[in-house]
Amino acid sequence: MKNLISMRDLSADKILQLLALAESLEKDPTQLDLSRRVMAAVFYEASTRTRMSFESAMKRLGGEVIAMVGTSGTSVEKGETLADTTKVIARYSDIIVIRHPLEGAARYVSEQVSIPVVNAGDGANQHPTQSLLDLYTIQKAQGTLEGLKLALVGDLKYGRTVHSLAYALAQFNPEFFFVSPKSLSMPIHILNDLSRMGVKFKEKTKLNKIVDDIDIMYVTRIQRERFPDREEYEKVKNAYIITADLLKNAKDNLKVMHPLPRVNEITTDVDSTKYAYYFDQAENGIYMRQAILATLLGEVK
Amino acid sequence: MMKVMKVDAIRNGTVIDHIPAGRVQRVLAILKPRGTDVVMMGMNFSSKAMRKKDIIKIEGRELNQHEVNSIALIAPDAKVSIIRDFNVTQKFKVEVPEVIEGLVLCPNPKCITNAEPMLTRFALVEANGSKLSCQYCERVFSTDEMDHV
Repeated sequence: MKNLISMRDLSADKILQLLALAESLEKDPTQLDLSRRVMAAVFYEASTRTRMSFESAMKRLGGEVIAMVGTSGTSVEKGETLADTTKVIARYSDIIVIRHPLEGAARYVSEQVSIPVVNAGDGANQHPTQSLLDLYTIQKAQGTLEGLKLALVGDLKYGRTVHSLAYALAQFNPEFFFVSPKSLSMPIHILNDLSRMGVKFKEKTKLNKIVDDIDIMYVTRIQRERFPDREEYEKVKNAYIITADLLKNAKDNLKVMHPLPRVNEITTDVDSTKYAYYFDQAENGIYMRQAILATLLGEVK
Repeated sequence: MMKVMKVDAIRNGTVIDHIPAGRVQRVLAILKPRGTDVVMMGMNFSSKAMRKKDIIKIEGRELNQHEVNSIALIAPDAKVSIIRDFNVTQKFKVEVPEVIEGLVLCPNPKCITNAEPMLTRFALVEANGSKLSCQYCERVFSTDEMDHV
């Protein structure tokens, strides 16, 4: 594995290898030493959380970090091409982690430079480290990825995270409930793909009837700007708010996940229940990103 | 009865037949004949298989399979004959290549290929070339909605 650009490039075997390494690094972070290795965080748009997670992952393995955050005041503003900018940064570092608003940017950069490239989000396209940390989180919470019942809740139309997660889990025999307002439902081409892969799923507009039946509830934010008129937004916004009361008869092993930041879609009274797992999910991102960085830097036998 | 030729036969060169009617100019735009090439263009000829078809004859230039494949997306059933001294010496059909590089533009305005000085690259989704997937933004498009470079 030279780069991590898209979940489409990863076989089930490779995914399981990365999960196993993340688990091993969580138990014993001293087994690897990335000192004198430099990670360049090249962020064409702000994403504090993802960048800090990568930086922490690298630093906790002893590595160094350099960063470009936003394009203001950089050579990009002077009109430099993406190819030139990253070719120069590749001379300063051992691995590039790139976030870019345009789709396919990370793939293009990986073709331009000779060091490994990690896609930390390319517009609405891919965010494979998020998908992998979600898989790691699910496996850690449930002990397996196989045969789980999952509800994906919220904005399923524009949510890159849930699309990617649906595909990534498809090879592990899941049963999905896609819960969203009609206007934000899972795109038809994704449903078609899942049917072709033999994946079981049901589309729902209400959450309450399925809550007691699921192992994982993956919640995403419904953004007001997705709605053409304010009235429609007001109508649906409260239908997908997760409260401790909603979860009162949930299965013991249910875990609630959220890529964060949340606004009001999970109330804070859920935080102190055994179901809350979103902060663990954020922490898991560190171990997963360590596994990815170490693998691409050739530090794993 | 003597057969009447609507277009002069060529001595040496290439004939591209069975182009869908109305697409001859787009085919020529892709093949980009040199300024001095003698080119004959026929439109709306009657055809048993296609009812109406377009045809191109290029005098003095032999196209190779690679050049011809570049028209496959808009003339998938085209047949190519290489002519030497008024005789057909070689015949082949166009084939849609597995990877289509630098030929069509990605319709996704947020695709990196529309922002950087770079070639586009698409893979076939349907074997006949009716659907292509962008190797950068990973979206799938039907060929009808795509513009040529």
